[in-house]
This record gives sequence, structure tokens and C-alpha cells, in this order.
Amino acid sequence: MSTFVYMTRCDGCGHCVDICPSDIMHIDPKIRRAVNIEPNFCWECYSCVKACPQNAIDARGYADFAPMGHKVRVLREEEKGTISWRITFRNGTEKNFVSPITTKPWGKHIHKVADAEEPDQAAHESQLLFNEPDYLKIGDNREAELINEDGLPSRAKDTFKQGVYY
Amino acid sequence: MADHKTVYEDCDILIVGGGMAGTGATFESRYWGRDMNIVCVEKANIDRSGAVAQGLYAINCYMGTRWNENQPEDHVRYARNDLMGMVREDLALDMARHVDSCVHMFEEWGLPLMKNKEGRYQREGKWQIMIHGESYKPIVAEAAKKSASKIYNRVMITHLLKDESKDNRCGGAVGFNMRTGDFHVFRAKATIICAGGASHIFKPRAVGEGMGRTWYAPWSNGSCYALPICSRCKNDSNGKQNCFM
Repeated sequence: MSTFVYMTRCDGCGHCVDICPSDIMHIDPKIRRAVNIEPNFCWECYSCVKACPQNAIDARGYADFAPMGHKVRVLREEEKGTISWRITFRNGTEKNFVSPITTKPWGKHIHKVADAEEPDQAAHESQLLFNEPDYLKIGDNREAELINEDGLPSRAKDTFKQGVYY
Repeated sequence: MADHKTVYEDCDILIVGGGMAGTGATFESRYWGRDMNIVCVEKANIDRSGAVAQGLYAINCYMGTRWNENQPEDHVRYARNDLMGMVREDLALDMARHVDSCVHMFEEWGLPLMKNKEGRYQREGKWQIMIHGESYKPIVAEAAKKSASKIYNRVMITHLLKDESKDNRCGGAVGFNMRTGDFHVFRAKATIICAGGASHIFKPRAVGEGMGRTWYAPWSNGSCYALPICSRCKNDSNGKQNCFM
């Protein structure tokens, strides 16, 4: 089910409005609190829930597999590189889950392509993308027939595996 | 309309849509076009936009060419079989040839990929590998932010422009700012359409207790199909919704 806002916690900061991919989190002009204006178009992507500094947004699970009265809380920490979920059942049972969201300091290891060596004319004419063929990582241990002269993987027709492919 | 401004932007490469494809295209464009004005236009916020807004627990397509798990040709045969022959095989092959290097790059950027005992990526199917993908989209968005000359969030492209001098050539796009209502005109030398596919086509959207329970993003309104059709582009609009799916 769609998200909803605890009116007493929301301070109308608008972080949810800014992030919602569906553009359905709006600030009510009268009460100045966030409100999901179109629950039918909510995907429960939790973008607003994670973005809310006041933890004022929640999503109710579907009644057929999540009986009413439960709570789902989430804390996303970029500096720690984790996302933590706390599920509270209506009988009080709590379950906590922590998952990594990144293995490296946030954003530090993303290529700045503008600083990479400029591709020459031959590269422009080739079929290779940025960092190819290196990043295909088939470099040295590749079997000779697995690679084309253009540097991309390929396989000779007579070496196809037999059978149906699913 | 009297209150609304018209904002012009001249760009070399215009990327319509800032989902996975759009942010990726922005990144790659910068590598090949160093001094170009590369502009990405997104109707939401690129940090959480498109069908990977909430994250993704798997990468649906990874060949594993380096371990000879699958080869690109295997993927073409799978796709052809799966879609009963209705497939552009050259596109399926191209996607398969490049997807591995892309995934390896994501790993370097910090995307947590699960590994099995042999140190290979953990599979949960012939093509799929498992990841901790809560921040899949923000990570790729970060790459786009580092690459783009300018990113327009909350601007919805509604129509493509045709080139004045050359017939059958796209000259940019127009759209509206979702917040201010400003009219945006993007004049571009090249336009890459990375807009979304379409949900809610065959069935009305779920209502009642099933509200929002849909496999595909409810905000994907089919502009990837509509934009080229509306402008009667004779271009081969292909590769739609192909990425990793």
C-alpha cells in the first residue's frame, strides 16, 4: 500500500517532495504538511521514507500478508554505507536487518571520465566503450576463440553450447 | 501562460530521461565528447528516478564472459527463444557484449555484489546475479552528476523538435518544469532518448488493497515510445527498455 505521513512529526521541509519519482508527495497548502496526493500511483519505493529527516513517513504493508498494526522503519547512512531496516510486528516482535549500500567511501571511486585519457580517432571508430576491453576482464586468461579482433567477446559458431537456452 | 518563462538551452548532446539508461548515457557521452555541452533532463530527481528508484536486488543480466559462464551469442539465443523470434539480434548481441564491463565498473564504484565460494558473482539464475542494490541508482546518478554539464531535474520533456534545415533530423526537445511551469526549449546537435517504458497498458492500475502493486514503475508513462512517434521520427527507435532486462 501507499505511503502515509504522520502529521504530528512532519515539519513540511519538502525533502519527500524533492525526491519522489512519482511526484505525488506534495505539501498541503493549508496544513503545510506533506501528503501523498495520489496513492494509486505510489510504488512504495520508499524514496520519501528514506529521505524524511523526521521519520514522519511510513508505508503500510498489504493486508493479505502483513496484518495491520506493524511498522517498518528505515535508516539509510551513506557515510557508514549501510541501510538498516526495523520491522515491528503488531505483537511487539522486532526484526532488524542491515545491508551494505556501498563497499567504498560514498562517491569516491566513481570515474570522473573528463579526467580520463582522451580517446583518439581509432578509439572513436572502434566498437569499444569507456574502459573496454580492460573492464571485460577477459584479458590474459581468455581462450583464443572467445575474443574477436575488435576486442569484444565472441564465439565461433561451431563452439556454441548445445541445447535449448533458458 | 503569461507568468511562465521560456528557458532556452543549447547543447551538443541532450539526454532525455535520467533513469539508469539516461545517467549511463550521460556518463559515457562525457568520455567521448570532452568539451561538449552535455545536458540530462529528468522529470523527477536523478538520485531516485526511473524503475530503479527504490533499488534493485539483482542485476538481471550478466554474462560472466570472463569465467566462460555465458557468451554473448548464448544470450542472443536465449532472447530469441524467449521472445519467440521477435528480437533485434544485433541489439541483443551488443548489449551482451558490453554488459560485463559495465557491471565490473559498478563494482569498482562501490556497488556491493554478492560473491560465491569460488569468488564469482553469486547467481540466482542463468543470467541474474545478486547484489545489495539499495543505492544502485544513487551510485550511477553520482557518475552522471560528475559527467554532465548540466542536469535538469523535474523537467518533463513532452515533444521532440525537428531540425529546421535538415529533414528527418532531431534538433532537440521541449518540455515543462514540473514545479514552476516554465517552458524549456533544448536545442541539441544530438538527442538520446532514454525515457521510460509504459505501465498500465493492458490492465487498469491496481486499486483497493492491491493499490500500487505493480511490477513496473507506475510513473513510466510510455514517453520513450510517444516522443519519437509524436515527432514522426523515421529513426529506428529501438533498444527500448532493453537495459539489463
